[in-house]
Amino acid sequence: MKIIISNNGTPFYEQVKEALITAIITGDLKEDEILPSIRSLAKDLRISVLTIKKAYDELEKEGYIITKQGKGSFVSLQNLELIKELKQQEIEKYLTKIIEIAKLYNISEEEIIDLIKYLFRSDKNE
Amino acid sequence: MNNAIEIKDLIKKYDDKFTLKVPKLTITKGTIVGLIGENGAGKTTLIKCLLGIINKYEGQIKIFSKEEKEEYLAKEDIGVVLDNMFFPDILKPKDISIIMHDIYKTWDKNLFYNYLQKFNISPQTQIKKLSTGTKKKLEIATALSHKPKLLILDEPTSGLDPVVRREILDLFLEYMQNPENTILLSTHITTDLEHIADYIIFINKGNIILNATRDEILDNYGILKCGEQEFNTIAKEDIISYQKNRYDYQILVKDKKNMQKKYKNFIIDNITLEDLMVLKIKGANNERIN
Repeated sequence: MKIIISNNGTPFYEQVKEALITAIITGDLKEDEILPSIRSLAKDLRISVLTIKKAYDELEKEGYIITKQGKGSFVSLQNLELIKELKQQEIEKYLTKIIEIAKLYNISEEEIIDLIKYLFRSDKNE
Repeated sequence: MNNAIEIKDLIKKYDDKFTLKVPKLTITKGTIVGLIGENGAGKTTLIKCLLGIINKYEGQIKIFSKEEKEEYLAKEDIGVVLDNMFFPDILKPKDISIIMHDIYKTWDKNLFYNYLQKFNISPQTQIKKLSTGTKKKLEIATALSHKPKLLILDEPTSGLDPVVRREILDLFLEYMQNPENTILLSTHITTDLEHIADYIIFINKGNIILNATRDEILDNYGILKCGEQEFNTIAKEDIISYQKNRYDYQILVKDKKNMQKKYKNFIIDNITLEDLMVLKIKGANNERIN
């Protein structure tokens, strides 16, 4: 799992939260997998325990993880649909951008679809 | 009890010039608390009151729910590192272990020797032959080796290079893996605290002027930078304090996200604890002059 904390002005807890969500979406963190303890993650990232706790609290509130008293935090099963939706949302975001550019350059719907099909196939062949 | 330290109505008066006043302060177990402030702001005085080195004060100090106004003696639960070494420098680390074993019931010789090994300190070298950084590491190792629940450190990283400072911070983080443990440290090297501290307490002229979580401070405050004409367009209530320079104004603001919305064309930088200290201390002076 990769977690990068940058001094770019985004609050640290948001960066931790985003990194963990990405890990869940990409499958780096699997369903039911245990997350690092708050204190060990604080130590490894060299950031405040309260900062990590805030990230975990929000992840729990949003249904990505479940915290079991005395056992730790686990990637939540119940949120599978949400994760699927999120993945789709991410793809939609890029596709919208593609459509915008296509319109700008007068490229037709068919051409874009063909292009996507072509790229999908060449990706498989590799 | 969830509190490591509780202070109520503490007043310590030195002379007419300096009084430390702490109406109320609690430090929760399991947290790292950083005490920041100018030289002479009262950080060390507060620490000495906590340790009972200073015991003539008004008010009440409780450590682990016990009042500690008695003579300062070896307290099993508290590990202490003050800004100067309290061992005679002809001693060797192995002597320290023998002495501490007699003082603390909880002294863990193996743990102490593990630290020595980790820091590459020979048990046979006289303290006076050690470098400043190594001496500090030895002091911290000593404080940790009787397994205290509370670690109080006065300027533990001052005068040390970044590599040693990082080693020491990692040692603190290791210690904090036990959620029962608590650290209170004073420093003017605020960068050390910017990431790892859970709470920041800012003391100025004997008063606590800010006590908040690291995130509340660093994710919230910002510095708005602008010229003189623009400065006059900014609402007074948005200015916490400011510093007028020759070519620009630096204004301390709260809730930087909303401020950025309100003042779209202004630059609002993220704040460091150092900026905050300077603007709070110097900015206040500015207001008085104007």
